[in-house]
Amino acid sequence: MKRYVIVGGGIAGIHCIEGIRSADRSGSITLISAEADSNYGRPLISYYLEGATDEEKMSYRGSDFYERNGVTALHGVTAEKLDPTAKTLTLSDGQVLPYDALCVAAGSGPFVPPFAGLDTVPQEKKFTFMTLSDARGLMQAVTPESRVLIIGGGLIGLKCAEGLYAHTKHLTVCDLAPHVLSSILQPESAEIVEQHLKAKGIRLMLGDSAKEFQGTKALMNSGETVEFDLLVLAIGVRPNTGLIKDAGGDVNRGIVTDASMATTIPCVYAAGDCVESKNIITGGQGILAILPNAAMQGRTAGINMAGGEAVFDGGIPMNSMGLMGVHLMTAGSYYEESNGGQVYMEASEGSYKKLFTKDGYLTGFILMGDLHRAGIYTALIRERRPLDSIDFETVKKDPSLLPFGAEYRRQTLGGVV
Amino acid sequence: MKRVYVNEKWCLGCHLCEYNCAFANSGETDMAKALRGKVIHPRLHIEGQGEIHYAVSCRHCTDPLCVKSCISGALSIQDGTVKIDHDKCVGCLTCVLVCPYGAVAPGPDGAATKCELCLENACGAPACAAGCPNNAIVYEEREEASA
Amino acid sequence: MPGINYFYPEFEVVRNDARCIRCQVCARQCANEVHSYDPERDLMLSDESKCVNCQRCVSLCPTRALKIVKSDCRLRENANWEGDTIREVYKQALSGGVLLSSMGNPKNYPVYWDKILINASQVTNPSIDPLREPMETRVFLGKKPEKLERDENGNLKCELTPQLELSMPVMFSAMSYGSISYNAHESLARASKELGIYYNTGEGGLHEDFYVYGPNTIVQVASGRFGVHRDYMEAGAAVEIKMGQGAKPGIGGHLPGTKVGPDVSRTRMIPEGSDAISPAPHHDIYSIEDLRQLVYSIKEATGHKKPVIVKVAAVHNIAAIASGIARSGADIIAIDGFRGGTGAAPTRIRDSVGIPIELALAAVDQRLRDEGIRGNVSLVVGGSIRSSADVVKAIALGADACYIATAALLALGCHLCRTCQTGNCNWGIATQKPELVKRLNPDLGYKRLVNLMTAWNHEIKELMGGMGINSIEALRGNRLMLRGVGLTDAELRILGISHAGE
Repeated sequence: MKRYVIVGGGIAGIHCIEGIRSADRSGSITLISAEADSNYGRPLISYYLEGATDEEKMSYRGSDFYERNGVTALHGVTAEKLDPTAKTLTLSDGQVLPYDALCVAAGSGPFVPPFAGLDTVPQEKKFTFMTLSDARGLMQAVTPESRVLIIGGGLIGLKCAEGLYAHTKHLTVCDLAPHVLSSILQPESAEIVEQHLKAKGIRLMLGDSAKEFQGTKALMNSGETVEFDLLVLAIGVRPNTGLIKDAGGDVNRGIVTDASMATTIPCVYAAGDCVESKNIITGGQGILAILPNAAMQGRTAGINMAGGEAVFDGGIPMNSMGLMGVHLMTAGSYYEESNGGQVYMEASEGSYKKLFTKDGYLTGFILMGDLHRAGIYTALIRERRPLDSIDFETVKKDPSLLPFGAEYRRQTLGGVV
Repeated sequence: MKRVYVNEKWCLGCHLCEYNCAFANSGETDMAKALRGKVIHPRLHIEGQGEIHYAVSCRHCTDPLCVKSCISGALSIQDGTVKIDHDKCVGCLTCVLVCPYGAVAPGPDGAATKCELCLENACGAPACAAGCPNNAIVYEEREEASA
Repeated sequence: MPGINYFYPEFEVVRNDARCIRCQVCARQCANEVHSYDPERDLMLSDESKCVNCQRCVSLCPTRALKIVKSDCRLRENANWEGDTIREVYKQALSGGVLLSSMGNPKNYPVYWDKILINASQVTNPSIDPLREPMETRVFLGKKPEKLERDENGNLKCELTPQLELSMPVMFSAMSYGSISYNAHESLARASKELGIYYNTGEGGLHEDFYVYGPNTIVQVASGRFGVHRDYMEAGAAVEIKMGQGAKPGIGGHLPGTKVGPDVSRTRMIPEGSDAISPAPHHDIYSIEDLRQLVYSIKEATGHKKPVIVKVAAVHNIAAIASGIARSGADIIAIDGFRGGTGAAPTRIRDSVGIPIELALAAVDQRLRDEGIRGNVSLVVGGSIRSSADVVKAIALGADACYIATAALLALGCHLCRTCQTGNCNWGIATQKPELVKRLNPDLGYKRLVNLMTAWNHEIKELMGGMGINSIEALRGNRLMLRGVGLTDAELRILGISHAGE
């Protein structure tokens, strides 16, 4: 009977279990979760904070998931040391787990730069926003009068703002970048979001951040002082790669894996936000820390751990998010004339569409408002379908299966896919 | 398993399927009561241009991207059918972002909506196929090889 | 033409607004553009002047919000000058042209089938239960030997002239590709194959896709000779020479160029877009002798392997004409009564020329028997055979089999709106417009035809069983099984049947 150990109870870990069980019903599986909670979609924490979901509904695969799959789940412990020779994993509580195959799905943790005076901010007023427990803490701390300062106007910061908006209207978001969501939007599209946030009464301090904290005061680069009751640090994330690195495995920005999700350490796999994988558009390796990739990588790792054969042939960056009533979708890489690409754009009241093409392929898009059938664009990017093989002129205006031709439709609508 | 298949050669673009779908999933027993004066949110839609028409609905893929991409676990495969738990869905629409066929759509309540083969509504089998006047939509078993 | 429009729409679209869900299926499905949607008022509108009452919208309306009724706006009543008659005068005063219409004669002439009743056994000659005992509805069409012959060893001489074998005494009669659609043809062809009967190309040639159905195809040679070539003749199971048609005896045919698209053009072997005009007569047939030449030419051309059918319209001297045909070498005579359908005919001809098939059949069968040549030919009758009861009555009157066309089209969805000539058939039958043709999916169409024929065959067996007859051959010409009701002595005499109660 094979012994499987999975480090991390996030989406990659859950899919790893499902991957293992698709090929091996009998092996023992032990799952280590540093968090007290596991088996929930991490992006749900903002919805939880907002009150749009609850802990029961958040359960990703249902509360009996571990039982159904014969998994021993250990919560609140961390994996301290991996010994590739002895094939053991030492836990923070001293337990030593032998494994035949191990998967590191440790995700990432909050990146907090060394702000001056951060230690002067009372612990109960200082939050990161990565886990369900973070969300619970914020929920308990926030009152309708709370003034909240969120450091970071990226996905995490703004989703946190949305969640908090259900509780308090006194929200300030700052970011060093000149625009919000700078990792997925361009200035023009970011401005649409910014207008929307401002209209809701959220204060944005862009191109600005805290220089120093003094108790419940933040001294900003701009010279302004922001007083707050709660502080959320949502600057960025850092992949949890230490376990592999310390054991001698290859790590760049993330853990290095091959297409089977195997690390450079024998019998050790990795999946999720802590690994690097191929970006289908650029061909380069990098961290694609999005949930769908974690799911696919986890499953791939699981199947291979159990002796099956599966590959994860790369992913693309993509995001779909609602933000206080405006919904946006982005995917891929943005090539414009300046970097060898071409742009198609449509903008009207309440709707925005920008498509990026390069070398005859769709490489990215930004959509707001009308999101119907956006997946057709995503598939064009992911499948690297040459645009001259379809009627792109039609599809760029209106995504449908029409420009793909009758044979494609016969296969997809008339066959098993 | 049985799925909904479309043969565009016979699709007339009459859009009856959309209305039959909306009615089947309305919970009402009278079509006029269910749909009159309302904007419908069918789980399949007719696309086309000129003389070409075809219905697009969830393919119930054997390895569905939407299920793997769902952040809440609302989407799942049950006996081959890709189902959505509306209670769990938080409306992030990642499924809309990844479905290569454009078969998952934002629903009226913000949650995603998609074809669930009418297996759990009063029809018990896809209303689109049952009501298609020209057999352009059928509900049947097909071999994977025919893809 | 400038001036006042005298025409009030014949039909009225009645829409139950409480049921209308604005799905606009009616608007999308009406090729005549009767229905439209006004988004400003959120209302469905109707232009009744374009409505032909084909019932497509009624059939597809998912909430049954629609019905089409005859308009009650009437001209002043006049038993002599009826509304339709007056409107036809108006039409001609406007157009200066011949009135055109389609399908069969709709006028109120007597339907003899409905004045003939079938016998059943009681006590003696007991009836037969078709569910328990074998019933034979198979028939063979073609010349039959006068007597049994044996060779020197006493064995039966079985060599017959070519015969058509039918699983039941019904065939689909001639409808050309051009007058009806590709999908209608495919439906008929596939149904014939499954049923073990025949369909008929009409004068439109045989589409290359349908050669595979050749063993169930009767190929027609008509006055225009459209689509006739060696492969065509060889493809069919029999060849039919069309001399006339019940809907329009004495005149030819006219397929407007608008219906001659690439496929029809290729199949008919005429230029695309050109009118296909079939002359009134065959220009090489002016006598029975001329007909005999064509019959034998065809037999020669097909190696004497296929029966030759001669089809004529039922007209006044039909008995004498049939007698001549029976001597021409033809194997089968097809007689088409005055109610036979058509894709287009001058209204006056359709409604005023020809005679009822019942009388023609009785007269022909009697005449051929009297002359001792009944066995020379099989008789097939058509021209409004509407049910299995009509079939049984026709067989008892002397027919070997029946031709049906209108009933077959009804099975395919035809609602007898009688506007085939417009080419706008909303049911995808009498049209060549691709967007309309696709409305008839042959997968469904053929099945409906098979269902109809299967049902009729069951009923034929029931009726036969009731008469104590277990083979359709034994019913043929068995007029003792028929009685007339409400018929004059002359009618009874021609039909060769007694009045009910006699």
